[in-house]
Amino acid sequence: MQLTLFWIFSSLMIAFGLGVVTLRSPISCAMCLVSSFICLAAVFITLDAFFIAIVQVLVAAGAVMVLFLFIIMLLNLQAEECRRVKLGVMLGGAVVVLSFMVLLSETLESSPQFSKMMPPITASSQDVSMIGMTLFHSFNLPFQIVGVLLLVATVGVVLLSRRTLR
Amino acid sequence: MITLSHYLMASGLLFSLGLAGVMLRRNIIIILMCLEMMLSAVNLSIVAFSRYSIVHGHQNYDAQVLVFFIITVAAAEIAVGLAIIVALFRSRQTTHSEDLNSMKF
Repeated sequence: MQLTLFWIFSSLMIAFGLGVVTLRSPISCAMCLVSSFICLAAVFITLDAFFIAIVQVLVAAGAVMVLFLFIIMLLNLQAEECRRVKLGVMLGGAVVVLSFMVLLSETLESSPQFSKMMPPITASSQDVSMIGMTLFHSFNLPFQIVGVLLLVATVGVVLLSRRTLR
Repeated sequence: MITLSHYLMASGLLFSLGLAGVMLRRNIIIILMCLEMMLSAVNLSIVAFSRYSIVHGHQNYDAQVLVFFIITVAAAEIAVGLAIIVALFRSRQTTHSEDLNSMKF
């Protein structure tokens, strides 16, 4: 059951990711990215990470993609016209991506620790409460620093979007 | 059964798709989308490692908190990046990376 779900959702995720890279109109790219993120959340659920899956849907597929669509419509972007693709760029991209994939598969083949089965969860604990305990006990200072970072980002966005830039 | 390398391979495929998009696409907004996709691929591999390393009978929650931080920082990064793109579009009327060939506003 889990295996079937993993195959369905990971192949859908890769297919929508391919759509983001190949489609021409920015709106279709954004919609493909939303679908890819929702499939990624489903893959998180097969890994028993329920809280992360919900955060992925709410933040990445919800808030961030609404921001993207809003900006695309605000700037009134049309589909990219067919520009001549430079051969060197294509070749370089293909070489880098292919060598990355070959390196990854070699590494995954090389060690037996990557082919172990999924161990069962024995402790009965609630996902969200465990994340809350970890977040507020072990990672309290980083949590506050991230809060300051969000504040700085908000102030930066307001400054950047003023009418005159000086 | 699903092994760790299945998840790592899916994550690597998504990451390399994002990398190809960053290198091949010209529209800056789509380049930002591909960056977001690469960050999600990293999140997937971190969550897979956390599920496959059992600590005290449950999965490693330190890794999931790290993923939570990554999602937060990615959202902040996208907000700032889109604000920069809007400012750039106001002064240049383009979002193509090839038309942006000087750093002076």
